[in-house]
Amino acid sequence: MEGKRSKVRMCCLCNQSRASLNRPKTLQQICRDCFYLSFENEIHQLIIDNHLFTPGDRVAIGASGGKDSTVLAYVLSKLNRVHNYGLNLFLLSVDEGITGYRDDSLETVHRNQVQFGLPLKVVSYKDLYGWTMDEIVKLIGLKNNCTFCGVFRRQALDRGAAFLKADKLVTGHNADDIAETVLLNILRGDIARLSRCSSIITGEDGPIPRCKPFKYTYEKEIVMYAYFKRLDYFSTECIYSPNAYRGFAREFIKDLERIRPRAILDIIKSGENFRISTNTKMPEQGTCERCGYISSQKWCKACVLLDGLNRGLPKLGIGRSRPGIGCKEENESRGVKSIESKQCGSLDF
Amino acid sequence: MQLTLEFGGGLELLCDSKKIHNVNVEQQNGEDKLTMKGLLSWVKTNLIKERPEMFMKGDTVRPGVLVLVNDCDWELSGQLSTLLEEKDVVVFISTLHGG
Ligand SMILES: [Zn+2]
Ligand SMILES: [Zn+2]
Ligand SMILES: [Zn+2]
Repeated sequence: MEGKRSKVRMCCLCNQSRASLNRPKTLQQICRDCFYLSFENEIHQLIIDNHLFTPGDRVAIGASGGKDSTVLAYVLSKLNRVHNYGLNLFLLSVDEGITGYRDDSLETVHRNQVQFGLPLKVVSYKDLYGWTMDEIVKLIGLKNNCTFCGVFRRQALDRGAAFLKADKLVTGHNADDIAETVLLNILRGDIARLSRCSSIITGEDGPIPRCKPFKYTYEKEIVMYAYFKRLDYFSTECIYSPNAYRGFAREFIKDLERIRPRAILDIIKSGENFRISTNTKMPEQGTCERCGYISSQKWCKACVLLDGLNRGLPKLGIGRSRPGIGCKEENESRGVKSIESKQCGSLDF
Repeated sequence: MQLTLEFGGGLELLCDSKKIHNVNVEQQNGEDKLTMKGLLSWVKTNLIKERPEMFMKGDTVRPGVLVLVNDCDWELSGQLSTLLEEKDVVVFISTLHGG
């Protein structure tokens, strides 16, 4: 048939196969095989350039069953095999106790465990804190639940990683996530987080360093990779995530990307280039007197929240003493239904 | 014209939680050939049952929704002006859910 599609565009890298994808990062039109190769090689190069791993490392992959962590688990196990990193990889999942959401996504992780041949550890809020998110929401309502979820998830991942005796924890945060977080931290005037969120390794002073191998990987490419490879991931939104403020930042990033895809990398670069001025006080790190987790206060944030829950005063610990905009805006924008945001807390660094 | 439409990444929730739709679509809005622009307006009217703003923004898909025509990124075939042919497979995937 003579149509516009008989004029097939060829891959600009190999000139052998039909182009299947317009790369947002480079605007190259490439075929599937060249895409897989470029995608995997860039992540390999990032791992090597930044010395993310040492042979023999035990590496926990934070696995939610969603696209990012599923592709991360797949690609990391492939690179580990192909390039002989010598890593012991594990899947680490957090069960927040959200009926109809987390139980379904955990099924995906259980399938990934079999598909990728990686051992899986699940840590639950119920076991760690004595509360499920369902129980917390029943008590506090939908207003501040993301505060709990975010604080608890962060610590749960660290505790799970400690259980696995992991040397590193890797997460699936992608370039779009990081650009969004840079923007949010600028909007909040949160200098400490601004510099932290754009670095590829964080928490080197804490119990377990966290790395983000997808720091420069576009969300579009992650989803395309998962689609072309038919990877099995879960894509339903957290039922408790009315995080509208973050949603607007996401929409803004996606609008920018449509006009100029490089914008995402440029925002990350801005984040990297911010330097902390000498008169900005950085909180000092110590340990929580109650549970021993890293904390700049007497008690860590999770213990403060838990204390409130257990004493029937769940509002305790929700406000932030730090200047700037706290979680309030995110969680109090009633009436605006979040239609794009990631599940609450999943982006906190 | 017979087309297969596939919704993924959470978009299926907007159309009765059904991922694959075999549909019959004719030219839209007086065009002499069916384009992606025409298909999108047909989908919005006939398949999307709730929260259309998650699927469309203006006359195109909202940023963050990927479109593939016969497994090829629609950015390579002219996006809205892509001409559709009998038995084409069009896939819509949202990138906006989950991590
Ligand atoms: Zn090629
Ligand atoms: Zn504590
Ligand atoms: Zn949540």
